[in-house]
Amino acid sequence: MAIQIDQPSVSLSRVAVSDTHGEDSPYFAGWKAYDENPYHELTNPSGVIQMGLAENQVSFDLLEQYLEKHSDGATNSGRTSGFRENALFQDYHGNGKLYGTNKRGRAKFNPESIVITAGATAANELLTFILADPGDALLVPTPYYPGFDRDLRWRTGVNIVPVHCDSSNNFEITPQALESAYNEAESNNIRVRGILITNPSNPLGATIRRTILENILDFATRKNIHLVSDEIYSGSAFSSDEFVSIAEILETRNYKDSERVHIVYSLSKDLGLPGFRVGTIYSYNDRVVTTARRMSSFTLISSQTQQLLASMLSDKQFTGSYIRTNRERLRKRYELIIDGLGKAGIRCLKGNAGLFCWMDLSTLLEEPTKEQELCLWKLMLHEVKLNISPGSSCHCSEPGWFRVCFANMSEKTLEVALRRIHDFMERRKAH
Amino acid sequence: MELLSKIATNDGHGENSAFFDGWKAYDSDPYHPTNNPNGVIQMGLAENQLSFDLVQEWVKKNPKASICTSDGSNGFKDIAIFQDYHGLPEFRNAVARFMEKVRGNRVRFDPARIVMSGGATGAQETLAFCLADPGDALLVPAPYYPGNDRDLTWRTGIQLLPVICHSSNDFKITRQALETAYKKAQDSNIKVKGLLLNNPSNPLGTVLDRDTLTESLKFTNDKKIHLICDEIYSATVFARPNFISIAEILQENADCDRDLIHIVYSLSKDLGFPGFRVGIIYSYNDSVVNCARKMSSFGLVSTQTQHLIASMLSDDVFVDRFLSESAKRLGQRHKILSRGLSQVGIGSLKSNAGLYCWMDLRRLLKGPTFESEIELWRMIINDVKINVSPGASFHCSEPGWFRVCFANMDDETVMVALNRIHKFVIQTKGSSSDGINRKQYGRSKLEISLSFRRLDEIMMAPHKMSPHSPMSSPLVRART
Repeated sequence: MAIQIDQPSVSLSRVAVSDTHGEDSPYFAGWKAYDENPYHELTNPSGVIQMGLAENQVSFDLLEQYLEKHSDGATNSGRTSGFRENALFQDYHGNGKLYGTNKRGRAKFNPESIVITAGATAANELLTFILADPGDALLVPTPYYPGFDRDLRWRTGVNIVPVHCDSSNNFEITPQALESAYNEAESNNIRVRGILITNPSNPLGATIRRTILENILDFATRKNIHLVSDEIYSGSAFSSDEFVSIAEILETRNYKDSERVHIVYSLSKDLGLPGFRVGTIYSYNDRVVTTARRMSSFTLISSQTQQLLASMLSDKQFTGSYIRTNRERLRKRYELIIDGLGKAGIRCLKGNAGLFCWMDLSTLLEEPTKEQELCLWKLMLHEVKLNISPGSSCHCSEPGWFRVCFANMSEKTLEVALRRIHDFMERRKAH
Repeated sequence: MELLSKIATNDGHGENSAFFDGWKAYDSDPYHPTNNPNGVIQMGLAENQLSFDLVQEWVKKNPKASICTSDGSNGFKDIAIFQDYHGLPEFRNAVARFMEKVRGNRVRFDPARIVMSGGATGAQETLAFCLADPGDALLVPAPYYPGNDRDLTWRTGIQLLPVICHSSNDFKITRQALETAYKKAQDSNIKVKGLLLNNPSNPLGTVLDRDTLTESLKFTNDKKIHLICDEIYSATVFARPNFISIAEILQENADCDRDLIHIVYSLSKDLGFPGFRVGIIYSYNDSVVNCARKMSSFGLVSTQTQHLIASMLSDDVFVDRFLSESAKRLGQRHKILSRGLSQVGIGSLKSNAGLYCWMDLRRLLKGPTFESEIELWRMIINDVKINVSPGASFHCSEPGWFRVCFANMDDETVMVALNRIHKFVIQTKGSSSDGINRKQYGRSKLEISLSFRRLDEIMMAPHKMSPHSPMSSPLVRART
């Protein structure tokens, strides 16, 4: 019998067949486990509780109240002529009102320098296309959001060189770590084009201190590279005093050297609207603004959504009250989980922002290795039925740390989760 | 100063082309019937504004579809937090059914193959990222939509190679032309990864016939390259011959490799919603569906919009009425424009779809050159005060053709535009025999001929809409 040799099917691109999309990481495997067996208070009380999803659901009632009071202004059906303007409005300058009314208090923002994108995912990728060529690198402090591997590298061909941070100093970014990462890139003949920080940090759940921000800006200036500050959790700092934006640092320096600084923002975390795909880039560099605006054609925000949000965000009373209430609720939620974990004998990094805490389970590891961490993670997923995110998926160099989200569920569910952890720790003690 | 990337500093964004000078002229002097009656009329923007009243009526009657009304607000939270890149199931289902309706229910679309993107702009780019590596090429029949250059090549690093089509056979795509383009690429050591068809065509306004589609399918199948069909004007067909989708041809040619076939769609033209950024990739290739879906994270459709569209497109009564009424209005508008042009001896390619006419101004050229075409075009912008799009920007191989859009304005504005064209042509005819002279013409109210009265007669009763697109800045089109 003749051997059949199949005709090779036509190939897809290298980008398409690579796994840089990152979906094979444990970060996503946990989600799958949750999807297959999701916890529900009544119908599936022994299901997996999703604590791997950084969503803010604690303040939805405030949004719903707003909508009920303002349904005419916010809708299209109340103003039929408004509908057609929206449906046609594909101007990539965006609905000016939306971002002119920036709610970030202390620093001033010029609406002309804002570029809209469909989510921070797109904003980060877009900036990477603009600031770096294929083969170049961005420095990113670890641990970092797993999605960066895809957003910064996949289609752009740009590399991430990690800036290692560890628990010896609460994972703060040191000048030495920056230099070390830069030199590492250089010795491999990789050109560093910028550094990307997340402030407040995901997964640490902490804001970056003013001094550190100054160091990072100085470093970027010395090396003549860009600085991207992803500030999507800025409204989730538990107290407004604790968050310092890179914009404030620039202001105190009279905007010297500001052309290298670019800020990414989004409404997905602070307002809890990830489905609406609302991202922004704010750049102090006119050429970046112009280019980013042209590129945003690939990823604009639906004008229907722009209009809704323009109404909402220009209502200063609403936004002021929302931010205050949201911060307070997140703080309370954080205290609840820290308290509960503490009672179970588990420590966390001291946090002051975000929708998650950075939990230290290193003492539970048989050996301080990534493999042991993943074993523990599987145990948490299949035995304790909690999906939490292992530090290794965030490229943390120290095994045993886990990111635990607390804002994407009801308080009741959080308490169930804490009970499970408590019971788990008790069982371990008994052995 | 900071160095930016090569992508950021090259011309791939396409906005430095002469094409955009017309936009700029319009932008700085936009026509308005009362505020600026001597301004530039925008006929370079392919937008469908003729049937908004139908949509507005539906939105008013269906407050639940908007999650921001008291009727719909209890759905707000679930919609607002839903960021799954599979999209709302009801959205995918509604889009699949809509696409089937537009094709007369002659084919079935599997909602699981519907992938979102940031408009068709995003869909084109995503497919290029999936199917080709930097340096590879896609063949594209010319004349073609100028945005293809940016959408397919800017950030992807691929190139577009034209398949030359000629007016001698109404710009039909021949097997010969395909083979010639393919061979040319091979001789230059360029790897061709696919063929991009636009059906109905922008800028031609024609639909591809069964033979051409079948021939293209066979060609790509033989060469083992991808076939991308951009069908975003599929519901703008207003007269026979009917629109035939590649999906139908695939049905008739079951032995072809389905893994090579991909459709690009959008609601921007058929429904007139460019602001909502609803782009769709439909691929028969599972790997491409998976990859494109992952990439759609970079350009998802707002769930607020998904929800609205899902409601709207599942209303069969509305959709059926909209499709037939929209086609009727487009047909009527097309007739007005093409007749108005022919009355002064300006022919256009016989077309039955799209939001524009492909106008033949060859006999107004000083000489059969692109320099003359640009000269004529500048005259049309500066003297006639109409922005039309020169064929060169569509990579047309023959000078003298211009695309003129007709669906982005109200009835009165169309008349004003035609009046201006009539005056211009008649004055040009009356001038010296060496072709065009730059004559100033006054704002006289002279009715040139009975032809204007006949124009008025064939006008339908106007329905209210703005004189032209409310767009203020021309350099911002996601899609033209």
